[in-house]
Amino acid sequence: MLGVALLVFREVLEAALIVTIVAAATRGVTRRGAFIGGGIALGVIGAVLVAAFAGTIADLASGVGQELFNAAVLLAAVAMIGWHVIWMSRHGRELARHMQQVGQSVRAGSSSLSMLLAVVALAVLREGSEVVLFLYGMAAGGTGAAGMGSGLAIGVAGGVAVGFALYFGLLRIPLKHFFSATNGLLVLLAAGLASTAARYLVQANLLPAWGNQLWDSSWLLSNGSLPGQTLHVLIGYDAQPSGMQLLFYVAIAALLLIGMRLFGGAPPQRSPAANAPNPAH
Amino acid sequence: MKSLLLGIPIALAAVAAQAADVPEYKLVIKDHKFQPVELKVPADTKIKLVVTNQDPTPSEFESNEFNREKIVLPNSTVTVFVGPLAKGRYKFFDDFHQDTGNGVLIVE
Repeated sequence: MLGVALLVFREVLEAALIVTIVAAATRGVTRRGAFIGGGIALGVIGAVLVAAFAGTIADLASGVGQELFNAAVLLAAVAMIGWHVIWMSRHGRELARHMQQVGQSVRAGSSSLSMLLAVVALAVLREGSEVVLFLYGMAAGGTGAAGMGSGLAIGVAGGVAVGFALYFGLLRIPLKHFFSATNGLLVLLAAGLASTAARYLVQANLLPAWGNQLWDSSWLLSNGSLPGQTLHVLIGYDAQPSGMQLLFYVAIAALLLIGMRLFGGAPPQRSPAANAPNPAH
Repeated sequence: MKSLLLGIPIALAAVAAQAADVPEYKLVIKDHKFQPVELKVPADTKIKLVVTNQDPTPSEFESNEFNREKIVLPNSTVTVFVGPLAKGRYKFFDDFHQDTGNGVLIVE
Protein backbone atom coordinates (compact mmCIF):
# COMPACT_ATOMS: atom_id res chain seq x y z
CA MET A 1 0.00 0.00 0.00
CA LEU A 2 2.81 2.40 0.90
CA GLY A 3 4.54 1.79 -2.43
CA VAL A 4 1.30 2.53 -4.29
CA ALA A 5 0.68 5.68 -2.22
CA LEU A 6 4.22 6.98 -2.84
CA LEU A 7 4.22 6.52 -6.59
CA VAL A 8 0.70 7.91 -6.97
CA PHE A 9 1.63 10.86 -4.75
CA ARG A 10 4.65 11.78 -6.87
CA GLU A 11 2.73 11.62 -10.15
CA VAL A 12 -0.32 13.46 -8.77
CA LEU A 13 1.96 16.10 -7.24
CA GLU A 14 3.50 16.90 -10.63
CA ALA A 15 0.10 17.33 -12.26
CA ALA A 16 -1.31 19.18 -9.21
CA LEU A 17 1.47 21.79 -9.28
CA ILE A 18 0.71 22.57 -12.92
CA VAL A 19 -3.06 22.68 -12.29
CA THR A 20 -2.44 24.99 -9.33
CA ILE A 21 -0.47 27.50 -11.37
CA VAL A 22 -3.19 27.45 -14.03
CA ALA A 23 -5.88 27.90 -11.36
CA ALA A 24 -4.03 30.90 -9.92
CA ALA A 25 -3.43 32.39 -13.37
CA THR A 26 -7.18 32.28 -14.12
CA ARG A 27 -8.20 33.79 -10.80
CA GLY A 28 -11.27 35.98 -11.11
CA VAL A 29 -12.36 34.54 -14.45
CA THR A 30 -15.96 33.38 -14.76
CA ARG A 31 -16.54 29.65 -15.25
CA ARG A 32 -12.93 28.96 -14.30
CA GLY A 33 -13.93 26.03 -12.10
CA ALA A 34 -15.80 24.35 -14.96
CA PHE A 35 -12.81 24.79 -17.27
CA ILE A 36 -10.29 23.39 -14.80
CA GLY A 37 -12.62 20.57 -13.74
CA GLY A 38 -13.26 19.77 -17.39
CA GLY A 39 -9.52 19.76 -18.07
CA ILE A 40 -8.90 17.31 -15.23
CA ALA A 41 -11.75 15.05 -16.39
CA LEU A 42 -10.48 15.06 -19.99
CA GLY A 43 -6.98 14.35 -18.69
CA VAL A 44 -8.13 11.32 -16.71
CA ILE A 45 -9.98 9.89 -19.73
CA GLY A 46 -6.91 10.61 -21.86
CA ALA A 47 -4.64 8.91 -19.32
CA VAL A 48 -6.66 5.70 -19.49
CA LEU A 49 -6.64 5.80 -23.31
CA VAL A 50 -2.87 6.45 -23.44
CA ALA A 51 -2.24 3.58 -21.03
CA ALA A 52 -4.51 1.29 -23.06
CA PHE A 53 -2.66 2.14 -26.27
CA ALA A 54 0.79 2.30 -24.64
CA GLY A 55 1.95 -0.65 -26.74
CA THR A 56 0.91 1.03 -29.99
CA ILE A 57 2.56 4.31 -28.96
CA ALA A 58 5.76 2.52 -27.92
CA ASP A 59 6.07 0.78 -31.31
CA LEU A 60 5.66 3.98 -33.32
CA ALA A 61 8.63 5.56 -35.07
CA SER A 62 10.82 2.44 -34.73
CA GLY A 63 10.75 2.29 -30.96
CA VAL A 64 10.98 5.95 -30.00
CA GLY A 65 7.21 6.57 -30.05
CA GLN A 66 7.11 7.00 -26.28
CA GLU A 67 9.70 9.77 -26.35
CA LEU A 68 8.07 11.47 -29.36
CA PHE A 69 4.66 11.28 -27.71
CA ASN A 70 5.93 12.78 -24.45
CA ALA A 71 7.85 15.51 -26.25
CA ALA A 72 4.80 16.35 -28.39
CA VAL A 73 2.51 16.56 -25.34
CA LEU A 74 5.02 18.76 -23.52
CA LEU A 75 5.62 21.08 -26.47
CA ALA A 76 1.88 21.41 -27.08
CA ALA A 77 1.50 22.53 -23.47
CA VAL A 78 4.38 24.99 -23.96
CA ALA A 79 2.66 26.49 -27.02
CA MET A 80 -0.63 26.90 -25.16
CA ILE A 81 0.99 28.46 -22.11
CA GLY A 82 2.84 30.80 -24.48
CA TRP A 83 -0.43 31.88 -26.07
CA HIS A 84 -1.93 32.56 -22.65
CA VAL A 85 0.95 34.58 -21.18
CA ILE A 86 1.10 36.80 -24.25
CA TRP A 87 -2.67 37.27 -24.06
CA MET A 88 -2.43 38.02 -20.34
CA SER A 89 0.35 40.54 -20.80
CA ARG A 90 -2.22 42.58 -22.75
CA HIS A 91 -5.25 41.97 -20.56
CA GLY A 92 -3.89 41.14 -17.12
CA ARG A 93 -3.84 44.71 -15.88
CA GLU A 94 -7.44 45.32 -16.93
CA LEU A 95 -8.40 42.10 -15.23
CA ALA A 96 -6.75 43.02 -11.95
CA ARG A 97 -8.23 46.54 -12.02
CA HIS A 98 -11.70 45.23 -12.74
CA MET A 99 -11.44 42.76 -9.87
CA GLN A 100 -10.29 45.49 -7.52
CA GLN A 101 -13.05 47.88 -8.56
CA VAL A 102 -16.06 45.61 -8.61
CA GLY A 103 -14.71 42.66 -6.67
CA GLN A 104 -16.27 40.12 -8.98
CA SER A 105 -15.44 37.77 -11.77
CA VAL A 106 -14.83 38.94 -15.28
CA ARG A 107 -15.43 37.30 -18.60
CA ALA A 108 -12.00 36.54 -20.02
CA GLY A 109 -11.21 35.58 -23.58
CA SER A 110 -12.57 32.07 -23.86
CA SER A 111 -9.89 31.07 -26.36
CA SER A 112 -7.17 31.77 -23.83
CA LEU A 113 -9.14 29.89 -21.20
CA SER A 114 -9.53 26.82 -23.40
CA MET A 115 -5.77 26.87 -23.99
CA LEU A 116 -5.27 26.56 -20.25
CA LEU A 117 -7.94 23.85 -20.05
CA ALA A 118 -5.85 21.92 -22.56
CA VAL A 119 -2.69 22.48 -20.47
CA VAL A 120 -4.48 21.00 -17.43
CA ALA A 121 -5.74 18.07 -19.51
CA LEU A 122 -2.27 17.35 -20.95
CA ALA A 123 -0.58 17.49 -17.53
CA VAL A 124 -3.12 15.09 -16.04
CA LEU A 125 -2.91 12.83 -19.10
CA ARG A 126 0.87 12.51 -18.97
CA GLU A 127 1.22 11.81 -15.25
CA GLY A 128 -2.06 9.89 -15.08
CA SER A 129 -1.12 7.39 -17.78
CA GLU A 130 1.89 6.34 -15.70
CA VAL A 131 -0.34 5.85 -12.67
CA VAL A 132 -2.76 3.74 -14.72
CA LEU A 133 0.05 1.51 -16.04
CA PHE A 134 1.54 1.18 -12.58
CA LEU A 135 -1.79 0.25 -10.99
CA TYR A 136 -2.50 -2.21 -13.79
CA GLY A 137 0.84 -3.88 -13.05
CA MET A 138 0.14 -3.96 -9.33
CA ALA A 139 -3.27 -5.54 -9.93
CA ALA A 140 -1.77 -8.10 -12.31
CA GLY A 141 0.97 -8.76 -9.75
CA GLY A 142 -1.61 -9.71 -7.14
CA THR A 143 -1.86 -6.59 -4.98
CA GLY A 144 -5.30 -6.63 -3.40
CA ALA A 145 -8.00 -4.12 -4.24
CA ALA A 146 -8.05 -2.78 -0.68
CA GLY A 147 -4.32 -2.02 -0.66
CA MET A 148 -4.52 -0.42 -4.11
CA GLY A 149 -7.60 1.61 -3.26
CA SER A 150 -6.19 3.01 -0.03
CA GLY A 151 -2.78 3.65 -1.63
CA LEU A 152 -4.45 5.48 -4.52
CA ALA A 153 -6.62 7.53 -2.15
CA ILE A 154 -3.69 8.53 0.08
CA GLY A 155 -1.49 9.39 -2.90
CA VAL A 156 -4.15 11.50 -4.63
CA ALA A 157 -5.11 13.25 -1.39
CA GLY A 158 -1.48 14.06 -0.60
CA GLY A 159 -0.74 15.45 -4.07
CA VAL A 160 -3.92 17.52 -4.15
CA ALA A 161 -3.22 18.86 -0.63
CA VAL A 162 0.19 20.19 -1.72
CA GLY A 163 -1.48 21.80 -4.74
CA PHE A 164 -4.02 23.57 -2.52
CA ALA A 165 -1.29 24.71 -0.12
CA LEU A 166 0.59 26.27 -3.03
CA TYR A 167 -2.63 27.87 -4.31
CA PHE A 168 -3.43 29.56 -1.00
CA GLY A 169 0.19 30.64 -0.75
CA LEU A 170 -0.06 32.29 -4.17
CA LEU A 171 -3.29 34.05 -3.18
CA ARG A 172 -1.30 36.03 -0.61
CA ILE A 173 0.43 37.91 -3.43
CA PRO A 174 -1.14 41.40 -3.61
CA LEU A 175 -3.64 41.73 -6.46
CA LYS A 176 -1.60 44.52 -8.04
CA HIS A 177 1.29 42.13 -8.68
CA PHE A 178 -0.75 38.96 -8.85
CA PHE A 179 -0.97 38.41 -12.60
CA SER A 180 2.63 39.47 -13.19
CA ALA A 181 3.57 36.80 -10.67
CA THR A 182 1.41 34.07 -12.20
CA ASN A 183 2.62 35.06 -15.67
CA GLY A 184 6.20 34.73 -14.45
CA LEU A 185 5.38 31.30 -13.02
CA LEU A 186 3.82 30.26 -16.32
CA VAL A 187 6.93 31.34 -18.25
CA LEU A 188 9.17 29.28 -15.95
CA LEU A 189 6.75 26.35 -16.18
CA ALA A 190 6.76 26.49 -19.98
CA ALA A 191 10.56 26.74 -20.14
CA GLY A 192 10.88 23.73 -17.81
CA LEU A 193 8.42 21.66 -19.86
CA ALA A 194 10.39 22.50 -23.01
CA SER A 195 13.59 21.36 -21.29
CA THR A 196 11.94 18.04 -20.37
CA ALA A 197 10.79 17.64 -23.99
CA ALA A 198 14.41 18.13 -25.08
CA ARG A 199 15.51 15.44 -22.62
CA TYR A 200 13.12 12.94 -24.25
CA LEU A 201 14.35 13.82 -27.74
CA VAL A 202 17.98 13.37 -26.64
CA GLN A 203 17.10 10.06 -24.95
CA ALA A 204 15.58 8.89 -28.24
CA ASN A 205 18.74 10.01 -30.07
CA LEU A 206 16.65 12.36 -32.21
CA LEU A 207 18.57 15.40 -31.02
CA PRO A 208 22.23 15.68 -30.04
CA ALA A 209 22.88 16.32 -26.33
CA TRP A 210 25.36 19.15 -26.92
CA GLY A 211 27.04 18.32 -23.64
CA ASN A 212 25.50 15.34 -21.87
CA GLN A 213 25.84 16.74 -18.34
CA LEU A 214 26.53 20.46 -18.31
CA TRP A 215 26.78 20.40 -14.53
CA ASP A 216 25.95 18.12 -11.64
CA SER A 217 24.16 19.70 -8.69
CA SER A 218 22.71 16.42 -7.40
CA TRP A 219 24.87 16.72 -4.26
CA LEU A 220 22.80 19.81 -3.47
CA LEU A 221 19.39 18.77 -4.77
CA SER A 222 18.88 15.50 -6.63
CA ASN A 223 16.22 14.96 -9.29
CA GLY A 224 14.78 12.09 -7.28
CA SER A 225 14.22 14.04 -4.05
CA LEU A 226 10.83 15.56 -3.35
CA PRO A 227 12.07 19.19 -3.36
CA GLY A 228 14.07 18.44 -6.51
CA GLN A 229 11.01 17.00 -8.20
CA THR A 230 8.84 19.93 -7.09
CA LEU A 231 11.31 22.48 -8.43
CA HIS A 232 11.60 20.40 -11.59
CA VAL A 233 7.91 21.00 -12.30
CA LEU A 234 7.75 24.60 -11.08
CA ILE A 235 10.90 26.05 -12.63
CA GLY A 236 12.35 23.20 -14.69
CA TYR A 237 15.15 22.38 -12.25
CA ASP A 238 17.43 19.56 -13.40
CA ALA A 239 20.48 18.38 -11.45
CA GLN A 240 22.27 17.12 -14.59
CA PRO A 241 20.91 18.90 -17.64
CA SER A 242 22.21 18.45 -21.16
CA GLY A 243 23.18 21.41 -23.32
CA MET A 244 20.10 20.81 -25.49
CA GLN A 245 17.85 21.07 -22.44
CA LEU A 246 19.40 24.39 -21.47
CA LEU A 247 19.01 25.63 -25.05
CA PHE A 248 15.28 24.74 -25.10
CA TYR A 249 14.82 26.33 -21.66
CA VAL A 250 16.49 29.60 -22.56
CA ALA A 251 14.94 29.76 -26.04
CA ILE A 252 11.37 29.33 -24.74
CA ALA A 253 11.84 31.73 -21.82
CA ALA A 254 13.33 34.36 -24.16
CA LEU A 255 10.65 33.83 -26.81
CA LEU A 256 7.82 34.26 -24.31
CA LEU A 257 9.38 37.31 -22.66
CA ILE A 258 9.93 38.94 -26.05
CA GLY A 259 6.39 38.00 -27.10
CA MET A 260 4.95 39.53 -23.93
CA ARG A 261 6.85 42.72 -24.53
CA LEU A 262 6.01 42.95 -28.25
CA PHE A 263 2.34 42.07 -28.10
CA GLY A 264 1.65 43.10 -24.55
CA GLY A 265 2.21 46.81 -24.67
CA ALA A 266 -0.02 49.00 -22.57
CA PRO A 267 -3.70 48.44 -23.25
CA PRO A 268 -5.68 51.66 -23.63
CA GLN A 269 -6.39 52.67 -20.09
CA ARG A 270 -6.81 55.88 -18.21
CA SER A 271 -3.77 56.84 -16.21
CA PRO A 272 -4.00 59.53 -13.51
CA ALA A 273 -2.25 61.95 -15.88
CA ALA A 274 -4.89 61.49 -18.57
CA ASN A 275 -7.59 62.32 -16.05
CA ALA A 276 -6.01 65.62 -15.10
CA PRO A 277 -7.67 68.69 -16.64
CA ASN A 278 -5.93 69.69 -19.80
CA PRO A 279 -4.81 73.35 -19.63
CA ALA A 280 -5.01 73.68 -23.45
CA HIS A 281 -8.81 73.61 -23.36
CA MET B 1 14.18 30.75 -33.76
CA LYS B 2 13.92 30.21 -37.51
CA SER B 3 17.54 29.15 -37.77
CA LEU B 4 16.99 26.85 -34.79
CA LEU B 5 14.04 25.21 -36.56
CA LEU B 6 16.02 24.85 -39.77
CA GLY B 7 18.88 23.34 -37.81
CA ILE B 8 16.77 20.55 -36.36
CA PRO B 9 16.44 18.39 -39.52
CA ILE B 10 20.16 18.79 -40.17
CA ALA B 11 20.96 17.78 -36.62
CA LEU B 12 18.54 14.84 -36.90
CA ALA B 13 20.25 13.61 -40.06
CA ALA B 14 23.68 13.92 -38.43
CA VAL B 15 22.50 12.03 -35.37
CA ALA B 16 20.89 9.31 -37.49
CA ALA B 17 24.16 8.83 -39.34
CA GLN B 18 25.99 8.40 -36.05
CA ALA B 19 23.44 6.02 -34.56
CA ALA B 20 24.85 3.00 -36.38
CA ASP B 21 28.19 3.29 -34.56
CA VAL B 22 26.75 3.41 -31.05
CA PRO B 23 27.71 0.33 -28.98
CA GLU B 24 24.80 -1.68 -27.66
CA TYR B 25 24.32 -3.11 -24.14
CA LYS B 26 21.53 -5.34 -22.90
CA LEU B 27 19.54 -5.37 -19.67
CA VAL B 28 16.77 -7.81 -18.78
CA ILE B 29 14.00 -7.31 -16.23
CA LYS B 30 12.79 -10.62 -14.79
CA ASP B 31 10.84 -11.15 -11.57
CA HIS B 32 11.07 -7.35 -11.10
CA LYS B 33 14.89 -7.55 -10.94
CA PHE B 34 17.58 -6.41 -13.35
CA GLN B 35 19.94 -8.87 -15.01
CA PRO B 36 22.79 -8.06 -14.75
CA VAL B 37 22.54 -5.96 -11.61
CA GLU B 38 25.82 -4.28 -12.52
CA LEU B 39 26.48 -3.39 -16.13
CA LYS B 40 29.91 -2.22 -17.30
CA VAL B 41 30.01 0.35 -20.10
CA PRO B 42 32.81 2.50 -21.55
CA ALA B 43 33.39 6.07 -20.34
CA ASP B 44 32.94 9.12 -22.58
CA THR B 45 30.95 7.09 -25.12
CA LYS B 46 27.33 7.31 -26.06
CA ILE B 47 25.74 3.88 -25.64
CA LYS B 48 22.48 2.26 -26.62
CA LEU B 49 20.82 0.39 -23.75
CA VAL B 50 18.40 -2.29 -24.84
CA VAL B 51 16.06 -3.10 -21.95
CA THR B 52 13.82 -6.16 -22.19
CA ASN B 53 11.00 -6.76 -19.74
CA GLN B 54 10.26 -10.49 -19.44
CA ASP B 55 7.64 -10.00 -16.73
CA PRO B 56 3.90 -9.97 -17.40
CA THR B 57 3.65 -6.52 -15.75
CA PRO B 58 4.83 -3.07 -16.92
CA SER B 59 8.04 -1.53 -15.58
CA GLU B 60 9.63 1.89 -15.83
CA PHE B 61 13.36 1.97 -16.42
CA GLU B 62 14.58 5.11 -14.69
CA SER B 63 17.74 6.79 -13.47
CA ASN B 64 18.12 10.08 -11.67
CA GLU B 65 21.88 9.85 -12.04
CA PHE B 66 22.03 9.59 -15.80
CA ASN B 67 18.67 11.28 -16.23
CA ARG B 68 16.56 8.83 -18.19
CA GLU B 69 13.07 7.35 -17.89
CA LYS B 70 11.14 5.03 -20.15
CA ILE B 71 8.22 2.69 -19.62
CA VAL B 72 8.89 -0.94 -20.57
CA LEU B 73 5.64 -2.78 -21.24
CA PRO B 74 5.18 -6.48 -20.40
CA ASN B 75 7.17 -8.84 -22.65
CA SER B 76 8.64 -6.04 -24.70
CA THR B 77 11.93 -4.31 -25.41
CA VAL B 78 12.87 -0.63 -25.47
CA THR B 79 16.05 1.23 -26.38
CA VAL B 80 17.41 4.15 -24.40
CA PHE B 81 20.40 6.21 -25.48
CA VAL B 82 22.69 7.08 -22.57
CA GLY B 83 25.74 9.28 -22.15
CA PRO B 84 28.51 9.94 -22.96
CA LEU B 85 29.15 9.62 -19.21
CA ALA B 86 32.24 10.29 -17.12
CA LYS B 87 33.76 7.42 -15.12
CA GLY B 88 31.75 6.45 -12.07
CA ARG B 89 28.79 4.48 -10.72
CA TYR B 90 25.31 5.47 -11.82
CA LYS B 91 22.29 3.89 -10.17
CA PHE B 92 19.17 2.97 -12.08
CA PHE B 93 15.88 1.47 -10.92
CA ASP B 94 12.47 0.17 -11.90
CA ASP B 95 10.17 2.98 -10.81
CA PHE B 96 7.23 0.58 -10.60
CA HIS B 97 9.12 -1.96 -8.42
CA GLN B 98 11.54 0.08 -6.37
CA ASP B 99 11.91 -2.51 -3.61
CA THR B 100 13.44 -5.12 -5.94
CA GLY B 101 14.37 -3.44 -9.21
CA ASN B 102 17.74 -1.79 -8.63
CA GLY B 103 20.99 -1.78 -10.59
CA VAL B 104 24.15 0.16 -11.30
CA LEU B 105 25.79 1.30 -14.52
CA ILE B 106 29.54 1.05 -13.99
CA VAL B 107 31.21 3.47 -16.35
CA GLU B 108 34.94 2.90 -16.75
